[in-house]
Amino acid sequence: MNPRDSAIRIGLVYPELLGTYGDRGNAVVLTQRAKWRGIPAELVEVRAGDPIPDSLDVYLFGGGEDDPQHLAAAGMRGSKQAITQAHAGGAVVLAVCAGFQLVGHRYLAADGSVLEGIGLVDLETRAGPSRLIGEIVVEPSLSHHWGQAGAPATLTGFENHWGRTTIGADVQPLGTVNVGGGNGDGSGVDGALAERFVGTYLHGPVLPRNPQLADRILGWVTGGLPELDSDLEHRLRRDRLHAGSATGVRKWWQDRMLARG
Amino acid sequence: MQRSVRTRVAIAGGQFAGWLSRVMTRGQGATISGRVINAISPHALDELARGQRVTLVSATNGKTTTTRLLAAALEADGRTVTSNSTGANLTSGIAPTLAGAAGAGEAVLEVDERVVPRVVDPLGTQLLVLGNLSRDQLDRYGEVHLLADAWRKVAEDHPGLAIVANASDPHIVWAASPAKVTWVALGLSWRDDAATCPACGVLLGWTADRFECTGCGFARPETPNRLDGHDLVLDGTRLPLRLALPGQWNLANAALAVTAAVHLGVDAAGAANAVGTVTSVAGRSMSVPLGDGRSAVLLLAKNPAGWTEVLRFVSEQDCAAVIAVNARIADGKDPSWLWDVPYELLQGHPAAAAGERHLDVAVRLHYADVEHAVEPDPIAAARALPGDRVFIIASYTQFSALYRRYGKTEA
Repeated sequence: MNPRDSAIRIGLVYPELLGTYGDRGNAVVLTQRAKWRGIPAELVEVRAGDPIPDSLDVYLFGGGEDDPQHLAAAGMRGSKQAITQAHAGGAVVLAVCAGFQLVGHRYLAADGSVLEGIGLVDLETRAGPSRLIGEIVVEPSLSHHWGQAGAPATLTGFENHWGRTTIGADVQPLGTVNVGGGNGDGSGVDGALAERFVGTYLHGPVLPRNPQLADRILGWVTGGLPELDSDLEHRLRRDRLHAGSATGVRKWWQDRMLARG
Repeated sequence: MQRSVRTRVAIAGGQFAGWLSRVMTRGQGATISGRVINAISPHALDELARGQRVTLVSATNGKTTTTRLLAAALEADGRTVTSNSTGANLTSGIAPTLAGAAGAGEAVLEVDERVVPRVVDPLGTQLLVLGNLSRDQLDRYGEVHLLADAWRKVAEDHPGLAIVANASDPHIVWAASPAKVTWVALGLSWRDDAATCPACGVLLGWTADRFECTGCGFARPETPNRLDGHDLVLDGTRLPLRLALPGQWNLANAALAVTAAVHLGVDAAGAANAVGTVTSVAGRSMSVPLGDGRSAVLLLAKNPAGWTEVLRFVSEQDCAAVIAVNARIADGKDPSWLWDVPYELLQGHPAAAAGERHLDVAVRLHYADVEHAVEPDPIAAARALPGDRVFIIASYTQFSALYRRYGKTEA
């Protein structure tokens, strides 16, 4: 990748609509991990009601509630061309939860209404019968999309959603769910992975807990990255993986008890 | 007061359960005691509330303090006041409070946001005091607008009900409007949950302290009553609020309490004086000894709106700060809100990450460029920080543990 002569523009899209679950943290982490390496970076907030520019290097779509999600969808559809062109031209997209649903074709709500997305990735979501909530652990897919550094280490997050997402046959999942619900459509996977694209149900937020994933995403913009001391982040990650596996064991035991009657 | 045999048996059973809980050091006993009362006598609330003029106080933040301040204003006026001072605010906490009433008078009850619709009728509520609504424990309570809608249903079903409400919070305005409202504009510093119109769902326009919907015209109600700096302007009179409690958030709590007290017939100047005499409310702003000759001040912060207010206050002080966070059920099991809160405000202050989720806090402070120590025990963390002024800002269960441990020495 060419050396850059301007700061990386990390776009936090509609934080007041798609920021209910701390997903601002993903923007903060990418910006700081670039700056700490001496790479100029700028956090750009795209406020609700404003058009989404085609000039961002990273597009971050987070999770949100019902009404705000409808407004966000309308705004994203209005700026569909800008997002699609920017992505085709080399920009990176990280879409979480509601944001993940909206980069797909559509969201089929419980009341039968249809919320159209922008169709950037081949996936569709419908409202499920229950809220998937709690610690989630995902083993990332092996994929050439990760680049030379390879897949990041096991991912940890916290999920909180009603969505059941089915990804297209040609789309790779972000990974296999070890603990939790993820896409929740029975496929046992979470999210989606494509060229310079990560979609996921992992909040937490996901990047502070998973510094290797943060660096893969940053690396898609900057090329190779120098090492950065991430000891504190890895301690948090191990702590959360431990908590996640404890949840998994408890749930496995409960399911077993239920199966026995 | 005439109480049925069943309710008297229920109260006795409840008191026994509460005593058992205390001697087994499981808690303060109010909640279990109330559960027993409600189980034995489902209509206990109606009976227990007879003879009381009932005022309910609810909000995401400030309900315990506002309740205490309102009770102080009524007591200073010579009224007999019954109030749930321990912060036990579910139906299970309200029953034992009323069972312990000394006699007929004023009942000032803090009520959990979700419980409001269930208790307005049984308690024969005469005044509802509503402060603010924002995101809190998203894993348990769900979305903010659902609460606002549930409150609005109460107002719609009781158009004659008197409500004293914050005119600056769109969710509160939406919820209270159908009833008989006395508005007071308290300001709203946390707006991240008020981006869309509660009435029609389109983007809400904000100019300074006012909101107006571009779609349906839903807007801040016009009212001369407002918090202006350290003064409450009420019915054209300027009342200075000289509080012993810290922070902008307590000025808003006090302004709301005084407005409610005046509605209940208390002299305005007397009410404003009375709220100034309260120095600590259920451990909030309590002094905690550090064992090295110093003490720390304990502050509670439960959600992004509360944390933002508290951090603004602390960042203006020459002090050190311990951030103590748990993520148990009562805190909300998802501490992702750490990233919604501007911990960057602590830059330049000695700081420490503490609590069961000290690693989440440490990573957040790291990315906020706040140098910090990492120590799970908040007292040990405070002891390790320099200076004469240390604040321990704690999430709910961290706060409760410290209050239980040190609260008995509170004056």
